[in-house]
Amino acid sequence: MTVWIDADLCNGCKRCVKACPYEGVEMRDGKAHILERCTSCGACIENCKPKAILTDAKPKGIPDFSDRQGVWVFAEQRGGALHSVSLELLGKACELAGSLNQEVSAVLLGSGVENLAETLIRHGADHVVLVEDPNLAQYRAMAYATVFEQLIGRFKPNILLMGATHIGRDLAPRVSRRVAVGLTADCTELTIDPDEKILLQTRPAFGGNIMATIANRYSRPQMATVRPGVMELKDQPEKKGDIIRETFSISEVDIKTRILEIVREAEKTGDLSKAKIIVAGGRGVGDLQGFKVLENLAEILGGQVAGTRVAVEEGWVPADRQVGQTGQSVRPELYIACGISGAIQHRAGIVNARYIVAINRDAGAPIFQVADWGIVGDLHDLVPEMIRQLQNEGGMNA
Amino acid sequence: MNIIVLVKQVPDTTEIKLDPKTGNLIREGIESIMNPDDRHALEAAVSIKESMGGSVTAVSMGPPQAIDVITEAMGMGADRGILLSDRAFSGADTWATSLTLGKALEKIGDYDLIICGRQAIDGDTAQIGPQVADHLNIPHVSYVFGIDEISEERLVVRRRLEDGFERIETPVPALLTVIGELNTPRYAVVGRLIEACGEKAFIEIWNAADIGCQTREIGLEGSLTHVIKTFAPKFKRQGEMLEGASGESISALLGKLHENRIV
Repeated sequence: MTVWIDADLCNGCKRCVKACPYEGVEMRDGKAHILERCTSCGACIENCKPKAILTDAKPKGIPDFSDRQGVWVFAEQRGGALHSVSLELLGKACELAGSLNQEVSAVLLGSGVENLAETLIRHGADHVVLVEDPNLAQYRAMAYATVFEQLIGRFKPNILLMGATHIGRDLAPRVSRRVAVGLTADCTELTIDPDEKILLQTRPAFGGNIMATIANRYSRPQMATVRPGVMELKDQPEKKGDIIRETFSISEVDIKTRILEIVREAEKTGDLSKAKIIVAGGRGVGDLQGFKVLENLAEILGGQVAGTRVAVEEGWVPADRQVGQTGQSVRPELYIACGISGAIQHRAGIVNARYIVAINRDAGAPIFQVADWGIVGDLHDLVPEMIRQLQNEGGMNA
Repeated sequence: MNIIVLVKQVPDTTEIKLDPKTGNLIREGIESIMNPDDRHALEAAVSIKESMGGSVTAVSMGPPQAIDVITEAMGMGADRGILLSDRAFSGADTWATSLTLGKALEKIGDYDLIICGRQAIDGDTAQIGPQVADHLNIPHVSYVFGIDEISEERLVVRRRLEDGFERIETPVPALLTVIGELNTPRYAVVGRLIEACGEKAFIEIWNAADIGCQTREIGLEGSLTHVIKTFAPKFKRQGEMLEGASGESISALLGKLHENRIV
């Protein structure tokens, strides 16, 4: 209990009983009495004229985190293959660590994965914290969270970044709750505040309609997830680093879940987040036949086809081809938006494209505001024309 | 099997527009809906109850008007509804929200399964499910799109991965976060909706004292992350319009692409 009554001062006026939003004060023998329902909200204190209600609650202060050092990146691997987002995050981590004058560590969990350390180092890790155990061979939330809990307790990192993958988005919240720290999901920008030296985490909210910058002043490590394709990968072949081996006993009983089977489904088309050229269509494409033409263009350009939420809902493209806030973020060299009006949810997924071309009948479509080059016209004429010209060029070159 | 479903009332983000002058969200006239993923969570819970028996309790945290999603959940087949509503809960980040929900679930007790949507469309964080599971110290499986086996002791579910899926066995109690691929949610039954709006509806509203929280642990005050600023997304591009007949504009475009060595 952090609120109590000084019975000698209480004049029995019952103002506190009325002020309490929780029915947490009652009168006993003419004096106020705080009940177990009290939430220490303080409403009664402001209303007590004789100042008979006391509290030991102190205003929330920012703790001293000077012992918290280092920028950590979760090195996500499945079946011995590193996820590219981990390497992208190492690049960002180097930048953040540079402004803090701290070091970068990659945290690698698995079984027989030591050979991945080299790749992590050349992408920016000063240290690779390696935890190997047969029970860690496959990602399981409880096992990985427990290891992270212990590593964080042992090394006290300042920042911890994870990819916003299906594994990262499963693990990060579990770890953050376990070690009682804040967590910001799907950040698109990470910087260090020059004065406070805290991590500023910028992310889209309300379906990408607004951007919010979030800080985590009250707990360490400052945790954030970042989607694949958002940060830039930086290969640093001359970079040197070391491996720090840690062991923990992880019992199968504590892990609780068991993976019965992992099924890889054949990719019909390549990974969008890695595509160099993307030809995307929206409502204006009109039908499945229209998408066949886009596929044709994509094939000639050596690119891939994607769609907006509408195109996915209409069944013109599969759900794993959706680009935008509720789909994927992409960073191709070239993004050709055909018949896409450019709702903000969609634009949020293509901000990192190097060049954007927009083809749309409506000159007022917002997609033109974000395009490098725009053509107002019917995509059903323009796309076949583009295919024709590209084929002619090919013919001339050959 | 006693199942608790976490549901959230959210603004329909597909309808949200920005004020072109101020860059602020225009909230007027935006409909509030039950979060889409949560409908799939309810469908899963109600169909499990139908085949195995037990009960479904819908729990939501939100302002008083969030009672609407509880009512809708009852209409879809939930037996009991609990709205966590208190000014002290407002402004919570996922840490404070999962604490509030976790305390409420501890008070409800007696659950075998907790099902929630993978993420809410207003925040898109996907954090609440795993955080609540950790609070309760029970296993969770996220991105669930199939329930292969279910008994009073254990379940086998399919979890969606980027390039396939995994089949996971978990003991109960457990928490699942589900995605749209799992099922097709039923519509609320009018008779049940009317019942849920009546005096005798099995709906309760709990505040901070009811779940034994201190106000400083929850809401904005209890949050560990704080929004420092918000702004309209910026998109900077050259924005050159290519004109002329289709042959000309396309050849101009290809010229640009070649010039920049893109194709």
